[in-house]
Amino acid sequence: MTQLQFGYYPGCALHGSSCDYEQSLRAVLDVLGVKLEELNDWICCGASAAHALNHKLGVALPARNLAIAERDGVTELFAPCPMCSMELLKARDAIMSDETLRDEMSQTVELPLTGNVAIRNLIEVFMQIGQKALSAKITKPQTTLKPVCYYGCLLTRPSKVVKFDDPEHPTTMEEFCRLCGAEPLDWNARTMCCGAGLTMADADTVKTLSGRIISEAVRVGANCVIVACPMCHMNLDLNAAPSLLVLYLSDLIGLAMGLTASQLGINRHFSKVEAK
Amino acid sequence: MSRIGVFVCWCGENIARTVDVDCVVQEVGKIAGVKCAVNYKYMCSDPGQTLIKTKIKEEKLDAIVVAACSPHMHQNTFRAAAAAAGLNPYLVKIANIREHCSWVHPNREEATTKAISIISLAVERVRHRRALNPIKVPILKRALVIGGGVAGIQAALDIADAGHEVVLVERNPSIGGKMAGLSETFPTLDCSQCILTPRMVEVAQHGRIKLHTWSEIIGVEGYVGNFTVKIRKKARYVDITKCTGCGECWTHCPSKRTPSEFDYGLGMRTAIYVPFPQAVPARPVIDPEACIRLKRGKGCGLCAQNCGTKAINYEDKEEIVTEQVGAIVVSTGFELFDISLRAQDNSCLSGYPEYGYGELPDVIDGLKFERLASASGPTGGEIVRPSDKKVPKDVVFVQCVGSRDPAHGMPYCSKICCMYTAKHSMLLKHKIHDAQAHVFYIDVRAAGKGYEEFYRRAVEQDGTNYYRGRVSRIVREGEKLVVSGVDTVTSEQITINADMVVLATAIRPSKGAQEVGQMLNIGVDGNGFFNESHPKLRPVETNTKGIFVCGACQAPKDIPETVAQASAAASKVLIMFAQGELTRDPEVASINERLCAACFTCVRACPYHAIEEAEIRGRDGKLIKRTARVNPGLCMGCGTCVAICPSKCAEIDGFSDEEIYSMLEVLK
Repeated sequence: MTQLQFGYYPGCALHGSSCDYEQSLRAVLDVLGVKLEELNDWICCGASAAHALNHKLGVALPARNLAIAERDGVTELFAPCPMCSMELLKARDAIMSDETLRDEMSQTVELPLTGNVAIRNLIEVFMQIGQKALSAKITKPQTTLKPVCYYGCLLTRPSKVVKFDDPEHPTTMEEFCRLCGAEPLDWNARTMCCGAGLTMADADTVKTLSGRIISEAVRVGANCVIVACPMCHMNLDLNAAPSLLVLYLSDLIGLAMGLTASQLGINRHFSKVEAK
Repeated sequence: MSRIGVFVCWCGENIARTVDVDCVVQEVGKIAGVKCAVNYKYMCSDPGQTLIKTKIKEEKLDAIVVAACSPHMHQNTFRAAAAAAGLNPYLVKIANIREHCSWVHPNREEATTKAISIISLAVERVRHRRALNPIKVPILKRALVIGGGVAGIQAALDIADAGHEVVLVERNPSIGGKMAGLSETFPTLDCSQCILTPRMVEVAQHGRIKLHTWSEIIGVEGYVGNFTVKIRKKARYVDITKCTGCGECWTHCPSKRTPSEFDYGLGMRTAIYVPFPQAVPARPVIDPEACIRLKRGKGCGLCAQNCGTKAINYEDKEEIVTEQVGAIVVSTGFELFDISLRAQDNSCLSGYPEYGYGELPDVIDGLKFERLASASGPTGGEIVRPSDKKVPKDVVFVQCVGSRDPAHGMPYCSKICCMYTAKHSMLLKHKIHDAQAHVFYIDVRAAGKGYEEFYRRAVEQDGTNYYRGRVSRIVREGEKLVVSGVDTVTSEQITINADMVVLATAIRPSKGAQEVGQMLNIGVDGNGFFNESHPKLRPVETNTKGIFVCGACQAPKDIPETVAQASAAASKVLIMFAQGELTRDPEVASINERLCAACFTCVRACPYHAIEEAEIRGRDGKLIKRTARVNPGLCMGCGTCVAICPSKCAEIDGFSDEEIYSMLEVLK
């Protein structure tokens, strides 16, 4: 089997407030023999700010990162933050459907630009590794965990851009839970809003919105929420109920592969139930 | 032809505004062979037609060109006028200077030049034309009706009552269609079965209606007046000539757990069953998937043991029967858009997983609600939740689920949902007095006699709450269904803790309609509904002669409209039958049999199977040569044989090489 390799775009979160996410996915992918090549000199993806201010800035920022990936011969770029992967995909679609814009962007970012880079989110990376390779590494099935999978907004939206799972009723993460021996529970909050970036501006709203998700998880009897987004993780982790762990999908897979909570950075979460 | 007349129409301002009609007349008058060229404000009007007739006689014209609108519009008008003046109608050529010129070009000078070109081409073409005589085709005065819902029943009865034989084919075990399953009908709240079942019985007892239920069309050949239809009669395992419909068989059947198709899975049926008590014919069928005896090939046999007339036959096989008919009425009806499917049949459709339909048992569609409210339904007319049989108090109705939504469903309005939702909310209140109906809508479309008044009754007398807005999600919390939506009138988010939700899902053509359409060679629109020949003036005809459509297979419609359209289709059939023989356009292909090399490429290429292999024999019966031969009754004049013939011996009258090449010469 050839070794899987991805270009790696951490974005701001994974080098900052969500460094636990990076620790987790690096630990897991290391065991699985997946190589990550971090983009040299990557810049901000624009996040929610750039496209709201100026359309071209919103394209140029992610386009610069695409161009760096192309320059370095990266064909598949792993962006673990759904906001980053969505922005990269949106910029890629924009430049691929408009030649004039592509040439303009190429000048702006001072690099040649074709858009020929595939963008992968965390779940897609695991899908590419495949169930077979994953189950071969599973040594500690997490049968005591009763997870609910939380997808939030940007993993599946806008559906025309990200083209990943059903925007109203996504189910891809559940497959991986079963693979890890944890039977996922059905619940109603899989795509409800967590409050996203309002954490800074309007903490009360975030508390209400995230609280809705947490109480739904408690209602159905879950003991952990599985997420694949640093923003979702932060909001839910900060507001979690005492009976609830908020884990990245990579945390769950890591635990099932026998990695420890401290190897995965779970000890750095706010939500804590007695050590697993 | 050397005495050609050109008649240029202004079409009011439609043509004259952009095309300089005087200049056109002046220019085309100079073409060799054009004896006269005139213009007139409305050539299709009575004085316009009189002008044409007078000129034909006065100038002894032997062919004419009418420069006006599309031939689809008035070709027949002008042909009739010419015929009245003694000119062969096929020596009339239309030059379309409206749709092809004045409507699409803004520049007057250029449009005028183009109009002159178009007319010159038509003059060249008509110059090389020959007089043709219409083809007469005899008609078999016997009709086929496909689909035995209320549309098919109405059409069949009308045709049969007028004195002609009708073959009615229905794929279910009983006729009656969707209407037989409805509870009460808007806007009068009369019982659906009470008005339909007498009509069903009329069909069964009618001496001129031959009924094939549990049967499907598998092939149609022939042409208007002379269709040959193959029908597959599915194995029924019950001899309906012996059976009396007593019911001993199904009361003894031990296999009782098959979801009833007629009750949309809300009730169960036995393996040998009649779909509903008033079924026509009131004779059972055996479902081979559910029958213990048929699945194992031995054992059980309780139905046969209890049958007093020995009508059960486990060895029954499907049968193919052939029927000859002269006209066909298509009334294949509709089905509801199944929004539960994650893999939709069309990549544009994503369904509505956020509504939980198919997952949450108390989220149902309108037809299921009809069964719950129907006296003959699985609950005997008591409205209860499918999940726990509790009586619901708060019921949310969501309109336009999959209708008027090009992003996830159908772009069109399903037309009947506003009215039946108002009706449902009233039925709910009438049966459960302390219940509350909540309706989410985009607009309430209540156009129809007594419809607006009916909707107002729901609001004013029965207290239905209407919210203008959409529902974003439906989830289960405990025993309740939490419906989240928005009221765009008050700009408020609304959450309703409901006991049951009824979705007014979009109407779609029934499954298999498209295949029927292909067999009959009639077209469908982008949504799968059958195309009528003209949206206003030929609403029940199709583009294939002798085939008519009615009911919801053509577009969503309610019962009154369906019945009206069915009678219209029947009357079109009767008009055809009254004529005795049919006149067909003679612009069809012919093969030059002396030149034909008998390669029969055309036979294989013809999409209408109108060309056959023939032999030419001398008087002594000796074979002289083989040749392809066109059946003019079948030929639609498409020209495929002309294009494909390697020896160039196929030709269509009106499209001869001579005509086409002389037109090209003018364009040089």
